[in-house]
This record gives sequence, C-alpha cells and structure tokens, in this order.
Amino acid sequence: MAKVLVLIGTKKGTFILESDAGRRSWSLRGPFCNTWPIQHVIGDPGTGNIYAAGGNAWFGPAVWKSTDLGETWTHSSAGLSYAEGETPIAAAWSLAQGTDALYAGVEPAGLFKSADGGETWSHVGGLRDHPSRPHWQPGGGGLILHVIVQHPKDERKLWVGISSAGVFHSADGGETWEPRNKGTRADYMPEDQRYPEYGQCVHSLALAPDGSDRLYQQNHCGMYRSDDGGKVWKSIEAGLPSTFGFPAAVHPRDPDTLFLLPLNGDVNGRYMPDARAAVWRTRDGGSSWTALRNGLPQQDAYFGVLRQALATDKLEPAGVYFGTGGGCLYASADEGESWACLAQHLPAISSVETLVVD
Amino acid sequence: MKGEAVTEIEQGDGVGAADATCRVSVLLPRALLDLYPEAQREVAVSAETVRAMIDVLDRRWPGMRDRLCDSTPRVRRHINIFVEGQRASLDTALRDGGKVYVLTAISGG
Repeated sequence: MAKVLVLIGTKKGTFILESDAGRRSWSLRGPFCNTWPIQHVIGDPGTGNIYAAGGNAWFGPAVWKSTDLGETWTHSSAGLSYAEGETPIAAAWSLAQGTDALYAGVEPAGLFKSADGGETWSHVGGLRDHPSRPHWQPGGGGLILHVIVQHPKDERKLWVGISSAGVFHSADGGETWEPRNKGTRADYMPEDQRYPEYGQCVHSLALAPDGSDRLYQQNHCGMYRSDDGGKVWKSIEAGLPSTFGFPAAVHPRDPDTLFLLPLNGDVNGRYMPDARAAVWRTRDGGSSWTALRNGLPQQDAYFGVLRQALATDKLEPAGVYFGTGGGCLYASADEGESWACLAQHLPAISSVETLVVD
Repeated sequence: MKGEAVTEIEQGDGVGAADATCRVSVLLPRALLDLYPEAQREVAVSAETVRAMIDVLDRRWPGMRDRLCDSTPRVRRHINIFVEGQRASLDTALRDGGKVYVLTAISGG
C-alpha cells in the first residue's frame, strides 16, 4: 500500500511526516541531518532517495542523502564549490531531481548538477557566465538560487529563480542562459525602471503538469502565468488579497489548478492577511480565486510561509501541505477543502515537499 | 570510551605530509565527529603546517577538508584552530610534539 512522506526542511534539521494513502493518521520522525539548517528536502520518486540541501555555520554547505526513507543519512559537498578566490558557497538552497541528473542551487547564486545521486557535483557554469551576473543583487534571504525547474519532456530546458536577479532559462542543458522576466514588475525600482530585463525578485516557479511550457510564478511583486516558458508573463493577481507571497504549488494533474499563499504585503509584516489564514486556489489558470480556510486559524494567525514551503502530493484527490515560519505543518487531503494541523512545534520551516512510495 | 584513542595516521601518500618531521596531536570537535563517526577525537598527524595537517585528515576521512575550510581557501569563519595557544591560519607552522585544537566557535541561534 502506498505511503506518503511529507519532507520538511527546517532551521534545525529535516523532519518527515508519514502516513498511508488515506492521509488521516500521521507519525513524525526526526530531526535528521545533524540538526543542520536545511533549506530544501526532496524525494526522488524513481529511486526513493531523499536529498536535503543545507548549510551549517561551522561546516559549510552540503547535500545530505538517505536511501532508506530517512533512517540513515550521508552527506557530501564534493565539487560543490566555486574557484579559489570567489566568494565561497554558504549553503545549498534548492534541489530538483531531473531526468538526467540531480540539480542543486546555492548561495551565492549558482547551479550545480550531480550524475551520481549526490555523491559528487559539477558546476553548471554557464549561468554565472551570463553578462548580467555582476549586477545580481541579493534579496532579504541573500543572493540565492532557490528554485530549479526542468522540463519533463526535454532535459535541456531548464529554468531557475534567483533572488533578486529574476528568472533565467536555458534551452541547451545549462550551457547558455537568458533572462525570462518580461511582464514581471520590480516595484522597488524607480518608476521608469519597473520592468527591467532582469533584477526582479522571483519567489517561486511551478511548471504545469501537462507537459506544456506553462509556468506559474509567485514574485515579490505579483503573481504571474506564462504559457510560453517565461518569454512573456501575465499578471494573475486580480482577486487575491495582496500581490505578495512566497510559494506556489501546482496540482499534480490539472494545469489550471494552482495553490498560493498570499501574505499581507512586503512592508506590513508578511503574515496572513488580516491575521486569518487561507490558501488560495484557482481552477482556471488564475482567472478567479477561492480562499480555502476550513480548518485553518481564523484569528491571530501572525505567521508567514516561505518560498519552498507549499507542496502537493500526487494522490487522488491531491493533498496540499504547507509549513509556517512558526513551525506548524498544515495539510489537506482534499485539494484544500479542509485542513488539519499535523505538527505544531517544529523549528522554523523552510521547505515542504512530498514523496509517495508504493 | 569512544573518541579517546589516539590514531596514528600513516604518511607518504600525498603532498605536504610525506616528508614531515613534525608530529602533532590533533583534537577534533565533537560536532565534526558526528559527521565522521569513524573518526577519533584525538588524532596523531605528521605535518609541517595546518594546511598539510588538514590534507592528511582529508585523505583519511574524505570531505573533512570542506568541513573545516572554505574554497577561498581559508579556515572557516566559525571554526577555530589553535596552535601553541594562538588562533591559526592554514599557513601556520606546527611544532613537533605540539597539540592542535580544532574547535567549533560560538555560533547559531
């Protein structure tokens, strides 16, 4: 019978929630990864391997790996470094299991890949060779490459999100890159410079599950959809309570269904609007939105949810999960219609992903 | 008791320590031992400098250099290596019979 694992990256280690496919009863395991600050934990559905990206103030960056669903872990940073003299890598921030390799994004922003399941890494140097790189500015979380997307039908097509350099795309497996930010705003720039070629503060990217080039983006300044792989972005923020939020998660099968977690604004505390928690769902590609509140706190909800801390699972109906900066993990087993708190005293949650194993 | 044994590290398998005449005792921090469970708390190393000492440790326990040094390269900001009672850099010379303390600095939150 299928098991569902919710993989949770926190400021103090990796945690795993586990249930059967019914998703009614959960058990919590952890902390793993020696309580390192962990930015992102993913599962590879092909192998069942779990990978955790992080960085420790004493010991630097590493990607942790478990081949037994989290029981035991190893770690490696072999090759996960820039040339001597460059600013050293502080932490691994994001992971993506591609069809050809495992990918890792790091701080300061750069992309690495591993062809041996995270044992050794090589630099995808084309990204940092882009002429815009000297102008990349760090956001509040640092100059971080925090999201990596590979097209499932063409492993050469890659997108990354860098705060706050924007979205970059490669059509040749990472050799060459171009900015893909047309139509996304940079409200923090002077009025006549708010649609630059790069320099936008992307917070999250999600590729629709239908094999098309449809991407969704949560930005520091708005929510967007692109139907052409990011060449042109169109705002889908009408109907939402704010233009600010961090994560975005697509439905596992429906390209028109997207989940967002708008916060109350970038200068207003970055918590739930009106201190009432809601996940917002569209069923029509962003034309209209529904607030999903059943089971979520409707008063005094002064929490935020970070870039990588919202996820769906692949079951039917799809599960939806998010983790808060205050260490609570909320889950829905019915596509957001109703919610329950699965854990409420974890360290600050950085990321949430799922792994379904048979 | 785990970690109290002194390990003899063989030399001659790489640059730096091969012709070393200095033998030092290196005390590793417990948080590092958690990452390398097969390592010992106190290790005997033949090396002329801190850099060569870390090379020896890395050959014995692959990856340990990256935990102690960044790619600048230098000793990590929150790692302290003390030689003769002084905070050392990679170029600090070692003294035969001396003791080297590798410590995790105050850090975190």
